[in-house]
Amino acid sequence: MSHLEDYREVVPKGTIDFLKRLAERVKGRKILHINSTKLGGGVAEMLRSDVLLLQDIGIEAEWQIISGTEEFFNVTKSFHNALQGQDQHLSQQMLRVIWKLTGRRPDAFPSMRIMWSSTTPQPAALIESRPAQGKWVWRCHIDISRPQWKVWIFLKQFVANYDAAVFSLPRFAQRLPIPQFLIFPSIDPLSDKNRDLSPQEQSQILSRLNVPTDKPMLLQVSRFDRFKDPLGVIQSYRLVKKHHDVQLVLAGGEATDDPGGETVLSEVREAARDDPDIHVLLPPPMPTWRLTPCKGQPLSFCKNPFGKGSGLLWLRRCGRESQSSAAPPAESPYNSFTA
Amino acid sequence: MVGRSARDEQQLLEAIEEIPSDSLSYHTHNFFLRHKYIAGPYPNDFATWAAIQVRDRVLGEKLGILDPYDFENLEVLRTEIVNIIDEHLSQLQIIPRVIYGEPFHFMQSWIIEVPTGLEARTLTEFRNILATVDASVIYYHNFEAILRLGRRKGDFALWIEEQLDLPDLAKKICRVDFYITSLESIRHRIIKMCDETLGKETHE
Repeated sequence: MSHLEDYREVVPKGTIDFLKRLAERVKGRKILHINSTKLGGGVAEMLRSDVLLLQDIGIEAEWQIISGTEEFFNVTKSFHNALQGQDQHLSQQMLRVIWKLTGRRPDAFPSMRIMWSSTTPQPAALIESRPAQGKWVWRCHIDISRPQWKVWIFLKQFVANYDAAVFSLPRFAQRLPIPQFLIFPSIDPLSDKNRDLSPQEQSQILSRLNVPTDKPMLLQVSRFDRFKDPLGVIQSYRLVKKHHDVQLVLAGGEATDDPGGETVLSEVREAARDDPDIHVLLPPPMPTWRLTPCKGQPLSFCKNPFGKGSGLLWLRRCGRESQSSAAPPAESPYNSFTA
Repeated sequence: MVGRSARDEQQLLEAIEEIPSDSLSYHTHNFFLRHKYIAGPYPNDFATWAAIQVRDRVLGEKLGILDPYDFENLEVLRTEIVNIIDEHLSQLQIIPRVIYGEPFHFMQSWIIEVPTGLEARTLTEFRNILATVDASVIYYHNFEAILRLGRRKGDFALWIEEQLDLPDLAKKICRVDFYITSLESIRHRIIKMCDETLGKETHE
């Protein structure tokens, strides 16, 4: 876990001092982030860094997780996909599952907080439980520029009750009666995932994962999700394979709020079954999941061609699994409550 | 975000007539703040969009040669931009629009003044602090000072002239064309000028 001072060497001149000065204006404020998973996926990864950095500048930042039934996450996953433009059938029964979340915990949120509902769409309906005091901000991390319209209209009734919305790119913004702000996607340059590995570590890890080093590697690192299109990557690999003897590594984690991941993973395994040069890896999530460029080894990197997720994929490079366990760190700043 | 976008040049024109002045400022003056390291080929968002997204390089060039600091306030600048686009469209049969590119999304921003707590009393101190501060400091003391605070020249040049009594150095700083360069480039140029003056003083 990195603290603000650790970034002094990697940020532009004066940035840390500027942030500290700016933070004097908000010292003592309280911010509560809410999302739906503590491990796996870009939002959890960003919050892991963000919460500590906010605490470093004097903000009382906390992170809470909503947990839910499999049915709830099945519906919210369909929501998630529909908001990114994929055709989904959502029945009235499914919409009622979302409604169930609302009004369940009116005492769950202490007053005088700025609330950040940190992912789409799972916690959005929590706005129905808002106390009288405090500001609520809806943070949307996905591309909703071309949503399935009925689903967006349903979600919009909640979003419109927030005090503000935050999007990652201008074109993701929607017509809303509340102020909309832009925060570009970011990545933690000091996270364990992004540190350089020594050649020795690289070969040890590749050996442990049974990935041979005798062929150039095509690599995609992302969750097994339709929007990351791992099956499309396999098709692309097969086109390349006609002309170059390469291997493909598909490395992805799991997120507790993504019940569809298992289905996609099984489809990927099925598609890769007869090809010994396709390696499907399922390493544990952050922070034990290290990504670093594989020096000295020819590599190509794939990027998901569809929806824009949290943006972490942009800088993801070569997947490596570390030896430590997948348990969350002792100093992890999240709490949880059940929806 | 203003919540408004344009898909063709007529929509761009109409929106520019109506957007808040903070939005106009964001897409013209604040362009420098968002491109601290590299000066883009077109120095404001309107010109960049016309040339890159609409692929109307003629309008891109017409808007690109506008220096926002030539105008006494944002409303005069707004009128000039509207006139340029209006005149350009009057000569065309078909309104150029985005086909493969991105629509123009109108944004708006506010400048928040944050004292750095750093003070310089000599040219050496000034030079050393300038080398370490965030690039937005350079933007504020040169661009904002002239545009919003109505000062006749940037804070750096004014302070060096009045407090350090170094009019030649102040004149040199004033001659830097801030409009065609980046904030980091401005930083390096001013530091170099300071070093030359300090070297000269030491030599004398």
